[in-house]
Amino acid sequence: MTTFLNLTLNGLATGAVYAALALSLVIIYQATRLVNFAQPALALVAVYIAYTVSQMTGSYWIGFVAGLLSGLVAGALVERVVIRPIAKSSELNAIIVTLGLLLIVQGGVGMIWGNRQHGFPYAFDYVGRFSPADVFAVASVAVTALLLFGLYQFTPLGLRMRAAAFRPEAARLSGVKVGLMLTAGWAIASLIGALAGMLAGPPFISPNAFDGVFVYGITAAVIGGLDNPFGAVLGGVLIGLGMSYVSGYAGPELATLAALAIVVLVLSVRPDGILSRPAARKV
Amino acid sequence: MILEVQNLNASYGAVRALKDVSLGVAEKGFCAVLGANGAGKTTLLRTLTGLHRAAGGRVLLEGEDLTRLPAERVVTRGLAHVPEGGGVITELTVEENLRLGGLWRRRRDRVALDEVLDLFPPLAQRISKSASTLSGGERQMLAIGRALMSRPKVLLLDEPSLGLAPLVTRQIFDLLRELRSSTGLTVVLVEQNANGALAVTDSGFVLNQGSVVASGPSAELLSDDRTRHAYLGF
Ligand SMILES: Nc1ncnc2c1ncn2[C@@H]1O[C@H](COP(=O)(O)OP(=O)(O)OP(=O)(O)O)[C@@H](O)[C@H]1O
Ligand SMILES: [Mg+2]
Repeated sequence: MTTFLNLTLNGLATGAVYAALALSLVIIYQATRLVNFAQPALALVAVYIAYTVSQMTGSYWIGFVAGLLSGLVAGALVERVVIRPIAKSSELNAIIVTLGLLLIVQGGVGMIWGNRQHGFPYAFDYVGRFSPADVFAVASVAVTALLLFGLYQFTPLGLRMRAAAFRPEAARLSGVKVGLMLTAGWAIASLIGALAGMLAGPPFISPNAFDGVFVYGITAAVIGGLDNPFGAVLGGVLIGLGMSYVSGYAGPELATLAALAIVVLVLSVRPDGILSRPAARKV
Repeated sequence: MILEVQNLNASYGAVRALKDVSLGVAEKGFCAVLGANGAGKTTLLRTLTGLHRAAGGRVLLEGEDLTRLPAERVVTRGLAHVPEGGGVITELTVEENLRLGGLWRRRRDRVALDEVLDLFPPLAQRISKSASTLSGGERQMLAIGRALMSRPKVLLLDEPSLGLAPLVTRQIFDLLRELRSSTGLTVVLVEQNANGALAVTDSGFVLNQGSVVASGPSAELLSDDRTRHAYLGF
């Protein structure tokens, strides 16, 4: 019984990180129908900046805030400078560009900070079952998800963002600056991606640190239904728990297989993901 | 003339969809723009509100040049556009659709919302429902209501009768007419249903292949057999 509890708590903590990454992907997918493969790169930049600022100031939390802010700025910049000019040409181009960006940024980070590992601390003590660090991971992602829900559902900005995503032309006719809403979406998504990065980073960061986590983040987003934020959270938790149980009861080498099994199972029952809405009527 | 269009041109690549279109709409007027499929009616409205770029000519609202303004700015100058099909956002609730229309003012406009709900009682009953649950006629009401939330000076409507039963169409036309007399709103009604539109409007323009081929008081257009047979199909 205690094993089960341990594995559950453990799964929740890793699941929270996948959920945050999945959220960051879903926000952008909702707004632009684009899977942002550059998301781990943006998170990487944010985490390295957090690392540097923490080193300079001696404070984890100043670094943490700097990391979140640089995620926000990086997201807005990438949308404005890279994505917008090429998004007009074709969707496929945009996907390839985000992939290219991932490689370039990983290379760039390696050049600036070096390819060796750097120690990156946990926010809190991480020893023991459901350590303070785990509690922080789950709580911060839960709070983020709630804030995001509130933003979308109850604020004028959220209403504008949803209108711009669903019906850009009708939104424009109502005075919504659709381009600005896209930038805001990328900024918010990358902020959440940065949070995921800082939760996933410890104890060490390196230019490829997030490759694995990102794969599970995408997985979580896909099984949740790429266009539904709740689905992203659900998908993240599901993957986290599933992998934790399987590695605990059957052996860690089977964890990846468990994630794959979950994907196959979910998508065979619901091909568009657990919570995706029926395809919106076009016209 | 509250709305003035001078030598407006628009094209899609090599296709010229508007050719030197000039027209004026009087303040508090109720004006029809008629023409067959492909005449350029939708293109005219889209060019007026900045959804399509003008290739030449000018659009003036109360003398202010709107020609180069992007669509999201045009609405803030007082020119509202209910697009073909209504453009209701079915993923949002009825109330969210309405609120969206007045959002650019920043200050919450409770009065405008109440006025719109008074005007369209069916919307008041379904205020918190998803807009996808509305009937075709109710959607058109929502589309018009959303445009009214911006408190426009001139309201442009692109074929609001599309897909509606004649009775519902009639109700909407009458309501537009009433709105004009009660609030002094200027209304431009694009229609293929020329007969119905000329019955309620006070002036009209007939488009054919991107050019204005006839204009005048609605009653005169109705009684002009040549125009009717040649361009309006009845
Ligand atoms: N997106 C587009 N690309 C290319 N040509 C277009 C486009 N939209 C319209 N056209 C062309 O421009 C001309 C005018 O079209 P428009 O939609 O303005 O006509 P309309 O009068 O609104 O017709 P309807 O009554 O069928 O709505 C037509 O010849 C049409 O084929
Ligand atoms: Mg049309």
